Amino acid sequence: MKLWLDTLLVLLILTNLKLISSSRLSACIRVVAMQGILLSLVPLLVGAGHLSLRMVLLSALTMTVKGMVFPWLLLKVLRTASGSREIEPFVGFTTSLLVGVGLLTASFWMGRQLPLPVPSQSSLVVPLALFNTMMGLFAIISRRKALSQVLGYLVMENGIYAFGLAFALEEPLLVELGTLLDVFVAVFIMGIMVFHINRELDHTDTDRLSILKD
Amino acid sequence: MILTLVLLPVLAGLVAFFLRHAPTRRLLLVLTALGHFGLTALAWVRRPAPALDDWLLMDAPGLLFLSIASLLFLVISIYTLGYLQREDWGRRQDFAEAFLFSNAREPSFTVCLLIFLGMMTLVTVSQHFGLLWVAVEATTLASAPLIYFHRHSRSLEATWKYIMICSVGIALALLGNFFLAVAATLGEHEYVPLLLTSLIERAASLHMPWFKGAFLFLLVGYGTKMGLAPMHTWLPDAHSESPSLVSALLSGALLNCAFLAIFRVQQVAVAAGQGPYGRHLLLGFGLLSMAVAAAFIVRQADFKRLLAYSSVEHMGILALAVGLGGKAGFGAMLHAVNHSVTKGMLFLVAGNILALYRSKSTADIRGVSRKLPISGALWVVGFLAITGSPPFGTFLSELVILKSALDQGRTAVAVAYLALLSIVFVGMGSLMLRMTQGQPAGLPVEQSEAGPGQAVAAPARLSVRESWLSVLPPIMLGSVALLLGIYVPPALRQLLEQAAKAVGAQ
Repeated sequence: MKLWLDTLLVLLILTNLKLISSSRLSACIRVVAMQGILLSLVPLLVGAGHLSLRMVLLSALTMTVKGMVFPWLLLKVLRTASGSREIEPFVGFTTSLLVGVGLLTASFWMGRQLPLPVPSQSSLVVPLALFNTMMGLFAIISRRKALSQVLGYLVMENGIYAFGLAFALEEPLLVELGTLLDVFVAVFIMGIMVFHINRELDHTDTDRLSILKD
Repeated sequence: MILTLVLLPVLAGLVAFFLRHAPTRRLLLVLTALGHFGLTALAWVRRPAPALDDWLLMDAPGLLFLSIASLLFLVISIYTLGYLQREDWGRRQDFAEAFLFSNAREPSFTVCLLIFLGMMTLVTVSQHFGLLWVAVEATTLASAPLIYFHRHSRSLEATWKYIMICSVGIALALLGNFFLAVAATLGEHEYVPLLLTSLIERAASLHMPWFKGAFLFLLVGYGTKMGLAPMHTWLPDAHSESPSLVSALLSGALLNCAFLAIFRVQQVAVAAGQGPYGRHLLLGFGLLSMAVAAAFIVRQADFKRLLAYSSVEHMGILALAVGLGGKAGFGAMLHAVNHSVTKGMLFLVAGNILALYRSKSTADIRGVSRKLPISGALWVVGFLAITGSPPFGTFLSELVILKSALDQGRTAVAVAYLALLSIVFVGMGSLMLRMTQGQPAGLPVEQSEAGPGQAVAAPARLSVRESWLSVLPPIMLGSVALLLGIYVPPALRQLLEQAAKAVGAQ
């Protein structure tokens, strides 16, 4: 079980590096969809052998929302958006990859500083959560398109969610569902906003959203 | 009863969505606000029983912040009646850049307002940190469409920044929540629910490194929502571009809700013996926020941004006061009430000025007192109240905080606090007073076609008749601000003391 979990976590780490080095928005959306599906398998593997109904339900919901609904929604927004579908980052792809590797090292280092609550759990969980969070933040600040900022937010949220799935095992279901619902509505509203930005301004470059300043 | 409080606005929102008749929908908004206020008032007489396995419970801090939100919402809902009536629902010209835009549909605006109230109520009564997080994020989501009410590029930009920055911030708070869960599990080697009461009970056995991490993440996360510098960047944009009544709600009620979330974490920190750690951080963020706000208030060109930065300043004062502890804790609670009513009033008056002048420029607008005698007077009163002049409530609360800093021998903090308050006083004074005095200027040029410019077509000297719906609500809030400076009712004093005790202050 631990081996499977470790493999899954390594795959999740790789999706982040893939995301940061892809140039097409549609490819990025697919990578985030892949990440959502991988993430939805985590609850099935952390239960140390026995599957509870709660875990299966959570897994199914995560897969539906993060693996299917979000990518569908974002691809729909992308199709309606005119203009370039390239990422056009502020930071180049090679530099981004290097930053990614640096952040990965940093997350492993930080992960080692914090003792694990459940010793049998994979030692990759804390680094993965930190790595995803930092990569998400990096994607938000280094990418120009509004859609890629939404993707960055999703990646960040995925990392935090992975952490929650792995450790806060006995978190009441109500809270998990509430979290998932909030993120769902957030992405939904963000999608609508991207649509409006595109309709109103004929572009979705966030660096050109700069009328308001002091 | 608690459940009723939370569900009443949400259900009313659902009903409002299907109401096609505009006057009925507006009536429903006011009636819901009234009902909510009534239920909150009942909670003062007898605290409602906990609900949902103690997940929802009304303690002193919760009741205090619920009352602020409820009072503000009631007053603002009355203002909304006038606002929605005078709004032009067709396509019209933007005053700054002259492009055409229209408003969002009125039903969805009302629905979002009501759900926003429901979610803020949920924040104040949540005892479970997970539920608290869900509620705080839900307030962001419910208020984002409110900011994008006037559908043009500037409000779009403001909404995008608001939803992006706040969502990212609140995501960090979620990580903080999980850290908190780990801290509790590690210390006890068994499952501890993330309920405030049970965490405080077993605070001594929390795992400290994880708890400190949790505190940091929660502070930064909810601090983003509260508008603490340097995470405040969304705040001036959102406050300046949303309709004034929404700005009043954001500033007076929503920022407080985020403050309450930080307050809850500090409650646990105090119980865990980490009070000084939390207080140091809060003190630092508080002073920084005041400094940043002061720097942007001086020579601010937009009066709604001016008020927004003033909110950053006052949130800084709240953080600073909780950071000082001792008597300042009481000062912080009192200041939260004072700031909310005063800032609510100022934003509503700002809405009146904006409606007539169609400009937000502090440099061009002159003679508000002549054109709008009541709003002009209220603008001056509001300036005095928000900068902490006697006899208003803010004077009292800011004095309590200053005295506490001096009593603790923290002269440097006291000096910095006073200096920043003076800078803000001078900065706001020169801008806001200049707007009210002199011959009316900065009015929009006469428009040939009849339409929104009609009222303006009157000769510049004459004052404009102000409808009571637009001046009565700010007068109500202003009187509360004045009253609190002269006399704090014993029931309120008791509640403030209880709330301050929750973080170990007096």
